[in-house]
Amino acid sequence: MRVLCCVKRVPAPGAKINITADGQDVDSAHLGFAMSPHEECAVEEAVQLADRFEGNSTVLTLGAPEAEEQLRYAASLGVQSAVLLSTDGSPWDPQRTARAIASAVQTLEADDGPFDLILFGNESADSGGFQVGVRVAHALGRPMVNAIKGIEPDLGAGMVTAKREIDGGFEVYKLPLPAVMGVKEGLNLPRYPTMKGRLASKKVEVGVIEAEGEVGGQRRVRLIQPPAQESNTVKLGEGIEAAPAIVDLFDELGLL
Amino acid sequence: MIDILVLAEIDGEAISPATLEAITAARALDGTIHLLLCGSSMDAEAVAEVAGQFGVETVHVAENEVLDVFSPEAWGQALELAIDEISPDVVLASGTSKGNEVLAHAAARLDLPFVANCTQLTADLADHEVALTRIQWGGSLLEEALLTADTRIVSIAHHALEAEPLGTDVADIEAIEMDIDQLYARTHVVGREMAEAGVTLATAPIVFGGGRGVGSAEAFAPLEELAQLLGGRVGCSRAVTNNGWRPHRDQVGQTGTRIAPELYVASGISGAIQHWVGAMASKKILAINTDPEANMVVKADYFVEGDLHKVLPAVIDEIKSRRT
Ligand SMILES: Cc1cc2nc3c(=O)[nH]c(=O)nc-3n(C[C@H](O)[C@H](O)[C@H](O)COP(=O)(O)OP(=O)(O)OC[C@H]3O[C@@H](n4cnc5c(N)ncnc54)[C@H](O)[C@@H]3O)c2cc1C
Ligand SMILES: Nc1ncnc2c1ncn2[C@@H]1O[C@H](COP(=O)(O)O)[C@@H](O)[C@H]1O
Repeated sequence: MRVLCCVKRVPAPGAKINITADGQDVDSAHLGFAMSPHEECAVEEAVQLADRFEGNSTVLTLGAPEAEEQLRYAASLGVQSAVLLSTDGSPWDPQRTARAIASAVQTLEADDGPFDLILFGNESADSGGFQVGVRVAHALGRPMVNAIKGIEPDLGAGMVTAKREIDGGFEVYKLPLPAVMGVKEGLNLPRYPTMKGRLASKKVEVGVIEAEGEVGGQRRVRLIQPPAQESNTVKLGEGIEAAPAIVDLFDELGLL
Repeated sequence: MIDILVLAEIDGEAISPATLEAITAARALDGTIHLLLCGSSMDAEAVAEVAGQFGVETVHVAENEVLDVFSPEAWGQALELAIDEISPDVVLASGTSKGNEVLAHAAARLDLPFVANCTQLTADLADHEVALTRIQWGGSLLEEALLTADTRIVSIAHHALEAEPLGTDVADIEAIEMDIDQLYARTHVVGREMAEAGVTLATAPIVFGGGRGVGSAEAFAPLEELAQLLGGRVGCSRAVTNNGWRPHRDQVGQTGTRIAPELYVASGISGAIQHWVGAMASKKILAINTDPEANMVVKADYFVEGDLHKVLPAVIDEIKSRRT
């Protein structure tokens, strides 16, 4: 079984997210970088599926050359191959991103055969466009479902069962392979890299493809801080002495 | 006057509250509102009655067997065909999981841009080029985005506004026989696995959230007991799910559940922005923390300074003594 997962490099913000003076980007000067938690689960799932079904896993990202860091991170968790669709790092709109990823997938598949499963995050951590995976699936003519929190392939039948979380439970889908999915955190519990994994990841060769895609119809003007919510925190007390005041509050709000 | 086509989502036997929000948002544009209902599993007359009250002129019922259960691909094609037929200037849905998904499919099929999770809609959405404000980072930041397209496909963030009825009109009903590619039956809901009924994290009146400060899976026992005593639910931060102390379905935040209880009691949670965006719709927040400077404390309505391992058991004792 061949599994591809697509991840996006984003700043790893702290308690607040600051914006650069020109309003074009998150100020990442003092921040590390990460991928969305949803995408971490896509990576973990790719590794597990490749293990279970004796296949292989590939990770792909579109972004600045620095995004190699996220590819190496995925490799340190056990992903076997890595592909960088390289750009100058300026924000790409969702149509453009999807066009570049779809054409890269076609190139990769022409060389090594089709991916049985292509995993996306349900949405990217920063722009949250909710569409790149759907657009790629459509370009490839493959079935696609979003918000997936459970995957069980049946390779003999050429099918995969996918579970989508809805309020109070799950909806179940059965898709023919090859298929595409947008996954959510909670799909699995991603592992942490081991020392051995980190060392091995240094040896993984990163294939570089110049990203190409026609510009789409959505463009960033600027980022804005949401209006600050005023708060006047009332201190109810300290330690166990505060217990009666807490229970009074429950009572006041009709919760007791 | 422009034409606006709203995608209907169904919640049991009725139009979903989120769709009523989208219809309400559409009224900010000076236009004729159309509603697309996929499949014939719903009573169209009942839909037309409610939709009419919110300002919909016509309910278009897309008829094809494949549409009767949710199928993202088939619903995406139905929306594409409805766009061909009605030629709307604006296509709208609520930014729910399925709303965004179906809009993305239609946009992909038509090779049009799609702007997700706008915070409000203004009259200039009638223009070929329009600046929209949308959610980034799950609500931690906003983005002003320029959309250029003949047909503007956008979703309005769920809960960005309240659904409000307008009057007592009843919408017209028009059936459209749709030629849906039968291939798309490949992605449809084949079954459901529902948990036992009861309050869910999203609907609980009180949520007891625990963070890294709780320290272990076992140490969640007092939070469990409090939730039980007051008919609430236990929530947690991502630090907790990452440690495997609680299942991910308990996680509150950007990549977890968004909660809106009467009171959120956040114990041992620092209040990182990604946690906060999931909790900020709570009516009141009480933070219990050893650190008076923690972000959760600064943003909360109420604060208790102290060790949660001492405070929570004392609260349990206090509740029990008042109840006897
Ligand atoms: C893209 C992205 C998405 C994310 N999504 C989410 C999400 O959905 N939900 C989420 O929660 N996080 C999310 N995060 C992670 C988030 O940034 C924080 O890392 C996380 O919320 C921290 O959890 P915490 O507050 O429990 O831990 P910490 O930040 O370590 O805080 C622990 C707190 O406990 C207090 N404390 C310690 N001991 C005690 C004690 N005995 N009594 C009382 N207080 C004590 C400390 O003072 C501190 O304030 C996301 C991150 C990213 C990058
Ligand atoms: N620059 C990128 N490189 C690789 N994958 C991406 C990129 N942007 C988006 N994706 C993938 O598409 C998913 C959905 O992104 P979005 O449409 O921006 O919400 C993400 O979770 C990623 O899996």
